Amino acid sequence: MITQLSHVSIFVLNQDSAYDFYVNKLGFKVHTDAPMGPGMRWLTVCTPEQPELEITLMPIEDGMMFKDGAAEQMRELVKKGTFGFGVFECNDLNATYEEMKAKGIVFKKPPTKEFYGYEALFVDDSGNWFSLGQKK
Amino acid sequence: MRIPMKSDFPKIYIYKRIVQAKLFIDTHFDDCIDLNNIADEAYFSKFHFIRLFKTIYGKTPHQYLTKVRIENAIRLLQKGMSVTDVSFFVGFTSVSSFTDLFKRYTKMSPSAYQRQFMEKQEQIKTDPLQFIPACFAEQKGWTQKSNFQ
Repeated sequence: MITQLSHVSIFVLNQDSAYDFYVNKLGFKVHTDAPMGPGMRWLTVCTPEQPELEITLMPIEDGMMFKDGAAEQMRELVKKGTFGFGVFECNDLNATYEEMKAKGIVFKKPPTKEFYGYEALFVDDSGNWFSLGQKK
Repeated sequence: MRIPMKSDFPKIYIYKRIVQAKLFIDTHFDDCIDLNNIADEAYFSKFHFIRLFKTIYGKTPHQYLTKVRIENAIRLLQKGMSVTDVSFFVGFTSVSSFTDLFKRYTKMSPSAYQRQFMEKQEQIKTDPLQFIPACFAEQKGWTQKSNFQ
């Protein structure tokens, strides 16, 4: 029986820039930052109230995960804003939206009342987009 | 044409000012700021400001300021700064009040936290695979120690 999700990956164009975005702008906590040899790094972060779920900031690089030009294709898709990797929650959407905007974060959609709830859509430094909802 | 009333805009206007005050705390936590400074920043009366801030962030401005100071203390302890230096650097006026509040937030003393963090960093350095799911390590070609050392 599956009991929980421990790791989830976000594919990023540049790990240093993603660190700045997720840690310094979004306020996520660094869970593990392990240098793995020249040019390689295992970097996971977590939201302040969900330390048990590690979000892996996974660089898109040629290697065993991306073979035969797949890395370049993936980078292009991410840049184009193809992927929406998840839904984040906050306590107050209007306040969080204003704060993120003040920090220069780009929104595809401002807080909007939809039939399914109140949500905004923001984009990370790579081009991945996320829904941001308000805790019910 | 109807002239817009003040009540057409209140929410976003208030949010902007409260968020501004929150960002003020985030960037001036190490200064000797008090509630009046923060309320001034938001152009509110002190009591109106406390009520609105708590409604939005679930904490009074003072509780939030303490939280920001402790979080920054954690960041500095992780960099190896001494407990005494950290306590003054983040805006506390006494080491003992810093230590008490730190314990209340993290359930351990600043020095115990620093020791535990440094031990984890040492483990990450010597045995990083302990912290990486095997499937990812395999895909990255890190399963042989010689690949990353």
